[in-house]
Amino acid sequence: MIKYIGRRLLMMIPVMLGVVLLVFSMMYFSPGNPEDYILGDMATIEDKEAFREEHGLNDPFLVQYFNYLIHALQGDLGTSYTTKLPVWDEIMERFPTTFKLAVFSTFIAIVIGVSTGIISAVKQYSIWDNISRFIAIIGVSMPTFWEGLMLIILFSVILRWLPSSGFSTWRHWILPAITIGTHSASSVMRMTRSSMLEAIRQDYIRTAMAKGQKYSVVIWKHAFRNATIPVMTIIGLQFGRMLGGSAISEIVFSIPGLGNLIINAIKVKNAPLVQGGILFMAVVMSLINLLVDVLYAYVDPRIRSQYVSNKAKRKNPVAEEKAKEGV
Amino acid sequence: MSDNILDIRNLTIHYVTDKETVRAVNGINLTLKQGESLGLVGETGAGKTTTALGILRLVPNPPGKIVAGEIFYKGEDLLKKSESDMRKIRGHEISMIFQDPMTALNPVLTVGEQISEAILLHQNITPQEALQKSMDMMELVGIEGIRHSEYPHQFSGGMKQRIVIAIALACDPALLLADEPTTALDVTIQAQVIDLIENLKKKLGTSLILITHDLGVVAEVCDRVAIIYGGQIVEFAEIAMIYNNPKHPYTIGLFGSIPNFSVKAKRLKPIYGLMPDPANLPEGCTFAERCPLATDACRQGDIPNIEIEPGHWVKCIHLGV
Repeated sequence: MIKYIGRRLLMMIPVMLGVVLLVFSMMYFSPGNPEDYILGDMATIEDKEAFREEHGLNDPFLVQYFNYLIHALQGDLGTSYTTKLPVWDEIMERFPTTFKLAVFSTFIAIVIGVSTGIISAVKQYSIWDNISRFIAIIGVSMPTFWEGLMLIILFSVILRWLPSSGFSTWRHWILPAITIGTHSASSVMRMTRSSMLEAIRQDYIRTAMAKGQKYSVVIWKHAFRNATIPVMTIIGLQFGRMLGGSAISEIVFSIPGLGNLIINAIKVKNAPLVQGGILFMAVVMSLINLLVDVLYAYVDPRIRSQYVSNKAKRKNPVAEEKAKEGV
Repeated sequence: MSDNILDIRNLTIHYVTDKETVRAVNGINLTLKQGESLGLVGETGAGKTTTALGILRLVPNPPGKIVAGEIFYKGEDLLKKSESDMRKIRGHEISMIFQDPMTALNPVLTVGEQISEAILLHQNITPQEALQKSMDMMELVGIEGIRHSEYPHQFSGGMKQRIVIAIALACDPALLLADEPTTALDVTIQAQVIDLIENLKKKLGTSLILITHDLGVVAEVCDRVAIIYGGQIVEFAEIAMIYNNPKHPYTIGLFGSIPNFSVKAKRLKPIYGLMPDPANLPEGCTFAERCPLATDACRQGDIPNIEIEPGHWVKCIHLGV
């Protein structure tokens, strides 16, 4: 298992190199010059030339690329053009906010999505199922920014219960977390429902019922454990995406998170910050994927046995002999 | 109350969907004595498994529905019992061996957990004792008890079938419903599983309903046989009566399709045609379409059940032939 994790971590290296090349090229070849945005209209041509010289922007593409790559490999992501602070510090300043929001939203998504998904599957075609499927479709198709604005209008403007922007107290968290959480709850619900429906129809459910087990226990102990893998996959994907910053929601609620940071950096062509931020997101996403894969092995013994090396498999010689004989 | 452990009267089970009603079981009558073995023989789709699931009240609902009938188990009608009373009977009084061992076990739980689950439900013992008992059950079916911590995918098909049997026998049931316990297995393993069920039956005194389409297995294990066709029992008798003196044309056809070593025959005689669509059963005798003796009288009204000798019932109007 540890060997497997190590191999997966090594496999991340080429992926990250690809990400760096892609993002760097996009920033380089896209139109517009950072000095025009950052120094403003009042800057002289000399100022702009000094800026380009200072940041090595007059070097050829390959020279710039390898300069960036060599620094990045040493853990130096460069400094932001605007604040002159190291990119890493900028990201780390914003990340806790984004992380908190992602955890909170995912929690909401799991609680709502998994529970309604299970109930919908168990009571298929009931009124409850139809209502929750209908709401889930609305949830998936509703744009987050619109949902966020509607919630602000209702809870901040009309009812005046909750603040509309910022992220200082827990009351500020509620609206953004609900906006992001309900959106991903809809996908989680639909996935939970379909994989539970499949699990409930399996023969082992009938076996468990024939033992005299209660239906509710059969659902949890036998059906849900088999249905978790696709659900975990989708939760992992959503969580990874939220950790990269839910850019639109962060802008709607004026949250100083990672998504907000990168959007603002893109606007002024602040290349080091954009490249660093996207590389960071890619690493986070890969790590979450790895975590989900490890969780698969925890839930499903068939997957676990694929990771176990042959040496460990041979631990039980008696069983091996028996299995060979087919006794 | 008679000595019948099970007395099924007029059991009727339909699968109702928006499009059609599949009449899987149509008025089955069966009796089973304490300690007796009954073979339920019929082709695929005849309603054998549905009958067994009906006894446990596990017909998938929707779409399955027990429309009519009574199932007396030890004198009490199972169809009138509450769900929680049924739970005490399932796995404890009546248990079932399922037909496909590849899918009948939960892939994410160890076999030990799956066997002891049944024990813990019906016996007031600690999990450790239940696990010990599961290991004993595994030894009983010929698998080493230390393998209790392994998962179903680590066993061969024959071993999985034994685990399924171990689950069914874990609480010493009074009645065992074995649904094609050997169909998914190759011939050598089949013989082992049949021996195993035979031995356990002798040891524990369990009554048995053996569902199969293999007349050879029935001859080896059963005391009485019910031939089921189109959701109805067409012939019901003691084993010797049916094998020596089959009366219903369908039963005769079944025996005609088995090779006989003592008679030199060039070709076997199959029963021509297919089973009628259970969603669209013909009136009268369900076998009439394929029956060599069929007349117009066969295609109308209810066909009576006639006792042609003591304990030998046949559902046919051409018994004089």
